[in-house]
Amino acid sequence: MTDMTFKPYEAVIGLEVHVELKTRTKIFCDCITEFGGEPNTHVCPVCLGLPGVLPVLNKDVVDYAIKAGLALNCRIAELSKFDRKNYYYPDLPKNFQTSQYDLPICTGGYLDIEGDGIKRRVGITRIHMEEDAGKLSHGGETISTSDYSLVDYNRSGVPLLEIVSAPDLRSPQEARTYLEKLKGILEYIEVSDCKMQEGSLRCDANISVRLQGSNFFGTRTEIKNLNSFRALERALEFEVKRQIRVLEGGGTVVQETRTWDEEEGSTLPLRSKEEAHDYRYFPEPDLVPLVIDREWVEEIKKSLPELPDARKERLIREYGLPVYDASVITGSKALADYFDDCVKFYPEGKTVSNWLMGDLLRLLNAENQDIKDCALRPEMLAEMLHLIDRGTISGKIAKTVFEVMFQTGKKPMEIIKEKGLVQISDRGEIEALVDRVLAENPQSVEDYRSGKEKAIGFLVGQVMKLSQGKANPGMVNDMLKDKLK
Amino acid sequence: MELYEKTIHELHELIEKKEITGVELNKSVYERIAQVEEKIKAYVLTMDWEQVLQKAQAVDDMFARGGKIHPLGGIPMALKDNICTKGVRTTCSSKILENFVPPYDATVSQKLSESHTILVGKTNMDEFAMGSSTENSAFSITRNPWNLECVPGGSSGGAAASVAADEAVFALGSDTGGSIRQPAAFCGVVGLKPTYGLVSRYGLIAYASSLDQIGPITKDVTDCALVLSAIAGHDPKDSTSVNKPVPDYRNFLTGEIKGMKIGIPREYFGEGLDGGVREKVLAAIGDLEKLGAEVEEVSMPHTEYALPAYYLIASAEASSNLARYDGVRYGYRSKDASDIVTMFKKSRSEGFGSEVKRRIMLGTYALSTGYYDAYYLKALKVRTLVKGDFDRAFEKYDLLAAPTSPSVAFRTGEKRDDPLAMYMMDVCTIPINLAGIPAISLPCGFSEGLPVGLQLMGKAFGEGPLLKAAYAYEQSAGFHLAKPTLNGEV
Repeated sequence: MTDMTFKPYEAVIGLEVHVELKTRTKIFCDCITEFGGEPNTHVCPVCLGLPGVLPVLNKDVVDYAIKAGLALNCRIAELSKFDRKNYYYPDLPKNFQTSQYDLPICTGGYLDIEGDGIKRRVGITRIHMEEDAGKLSHGGETISTSDYSLVDYNRSGVPLLEIVSAPDLRSPQEARTYLEKLKGILEYIEVSDCKMQEGSLRCDANISVRLQGSNFFGTRTEIKNLNSFRALERALEFEVKRQIRVLEGGGTVVQETRTWDEEEGSTLPLRSKEEAHDYRYFPEPDLVPLVIDREWVEEIKKSLPELPDARKERLIREYGLPVYDASVITGSKALADYFDDCVKFYPEGKTVSNWLMGDLLRLLNAENQDIKDCALRPEMLAEMLHLIDRGTISGKIAKTVFEVMFQTGKKPMEIIKEKGLVQISDRGEIEALVDRVLAENPQSVEDYRSGKEKAIGFLVGQVMKLSQGKANPGMVNDMLKDKLK
Repeated sequence: MELYEKTIHELHELIEKKEITGVELNKSVYERIAQVEEKIKAYVLTMDWEQVLQKAQAVDDMFARGGKIHPLGGIPMALKDNICTKGVRTTCSSKILENFVPPYDATVSQKLSESHTILVGKTNMDEFAMGSSTENSAFSITRNPWNLECVPGGSSGGAAASVAADEAVFALGSDTGGSIRQPAAFCGVVGLKPTYGLVSRYGLIAYASSLDQIGPITKDVTDCALVLSAIAGHDPKDSTSVNKPVPDYRNFLTGEIKGMKIGIPREYFGEGLDGGVREKVLAAIGDLEKLGAEVEEVSMPHTEYALPAYYLIASAEASSNLARYDGVRYGYRSKDASDIVTMFKKSRSEGFGSEVKRRIMLGTYALSTGYYDAYYLKALKVRTLVKGDFDRAFEKYDLLAAPTSPSVAFRTGEKRDDPLAMYMMDVCTIPINLAGIPAISLPCGFSEGLPVGLQLMGKAFGEGPLLKAAYAYEQSAGFHLAKPTLNGEV
């Protein structure tokens, strides 16, 4: 899916994604990882980097890293180690970050993406484990223009995975698709909450442009501060165009780090190659090398849940869902779980899918609600669908019931009883309504009899209205047709 | 004989027999400090007497109630000031940590508290354990109790001097390239650097993480075994500490070394070795032979490369370990800085002494892009070769014997402006740290009126046999019984 808008150029993009792992405790100490505590309350001598403290690796972090590596088709190293990345910044308590340099835990994986009907296999060069830094709040705009800056070390030592893709992405849109899919997988295997707004998923992009079909790589820039999917796509689009403009103007792209300015809608230089840090990596002497035996890897492999692609295929195969519906539903693990829970109680997958794709997603969106917090539970939806099948309520009434369930969490029968929404299927009652409508609408009756078959729709509507939607629409339709013969 | 002059095992016996109380003992040591500290300056700080008295009383009370008393119970001791003590200032003898009060105890501090020892003070050292004379302290210059005009060695000079001058019954030091053994040799006491991983480093303010190890400085080998038994063992807070059962090291003190094979590494007796030191060490080796050990010369061909490799590895690690002292969270912060980079620069420039800065720069350079392979990586390879020398030697020998230091204590100021001459003081101790093995220094006579140290080296986790040989020698030679005069012009 090479983007033709950049013709004759194409973009060459690789992403570096940082995800915070949702282990209970931090990577090298026992402090909890919870987001949003009072500043400097989830800290101890170790994550504050006090003199004399030592790190002890949290095994869960390794478990999660292996999980992510397997889900992204990586090789899991038999021998891995930690290294120190040295640089000075006040949010970094030791002024070095314990990370991994030349022996990362996972290498050589891939992720298949699809867009505009074109498939692409994107290489995952490496995944490594490291610790997060604290968080600065400046008194003014930036650290250099502020009278003071405050620092909160609650986040210091929260485990991170850095997932580095190969420069295999060819357009901003493809980069977005990759990131969305990666996020989905990480959510599926439950290693991270992947909340971009809380910073638990962060993304930097390396980007260069070249003439289409060329095998060479152009000079790249690195873009930071990409805090949403939209920012990623917009920043890359801006940057591709900027680099093309530079080349077209006979100039050369300067290797540098740039930052995305959301308000300006442009990327700005942050630091040049000359100003780049020399991180002086060297092996972390306070931790012993990590030996990962194959049994450990096998155990984790067995515990992996069904991944999005496999799940999508299954929904298509087992329930005959359209590809699009299956993609949307499996795009979020929570939604896919919801679907699977529904079909346990109501096995018509297509019907369930219609309600999820339509009403449920619409309401969730409108209320900006997470499906996990949704009051309408899968078994309630299933019960409602059974009530439609039994003729207790009409499909139309069901829309009302659905909405009330969503808002209140009450069971469908309870709502139906409270609101008197039981469908009228008594012939006598319906006949009275039909007769009244026929008498009140002679023109429509005339129209129908003179061949305008559409007029029956209007008449059905009038009966439904009169019954406050409770009349069985099938019966109303049949009876009207009968009487108009 | 005054109480403060006695060893742990002698004092323990007196306490157990109820001939003395913990309070009496601590009072004796406290009075001794009051009497001689002015001359020696072994301490950065001493604990408040009321506090010490209270703790000693608590030990006495516990014993009176019929409790069993730990072999170290009630014993007044000192800790090198790079070992964290909860609520007690821990400075590393640096201006940058002058007012740092740790909110936690080092594992060894905690273990000693649990053994009911009584902390009397934190001892002076070369700033951040970088030095061989304790002259690099930001606070004071410690004197050698055998001759006040001389240095006590370093970097654990305060710890060694405090034990030699009877200002503490024992002390803990730390040894990265010889910092326990060399001052022990200079001050005529016993100093042990345990196997890397035997004693927890949690709470030891790091100089070079892959080399640092805490160990005892004591008046004799028996005390050394007692203290080591109390501080050794696996610590879940230190990933590099080894999970092995800790024996009672006293059980090795039999005096019986017949048939023990001792190698004498030729390279440790080469150029630069002081004649007096050579003579005393060779005599000591002769004594070991008389005691029944089989002695043979051996070659350790990579010894000469150990020193440069050490200064690259240790400095590289130090450049990273000491990065955290930036004025942001604790420690010294320069007052006249208007932005963050200036604050970093000024706090560090004003807070660190010149030797620390020298090693930070050396280490930063060695790890920089373009120099890493030539310096740091090469040094790691040399380290492997040095370790190989030891592995080969220990296939054949139970122990190795050599001098601890090429000379006896030198005069204060003599080498202060000559870093390379100072670095040479560690030439006999550094290879041991690179290899991670244990080594002990014990007194083996005098040269120019100053103590000479015999160094015995053992296999990894072979502290038992090491102490066995040291004890046998000590008991036959008796140099541990000599006491310094505390004389000399300051």
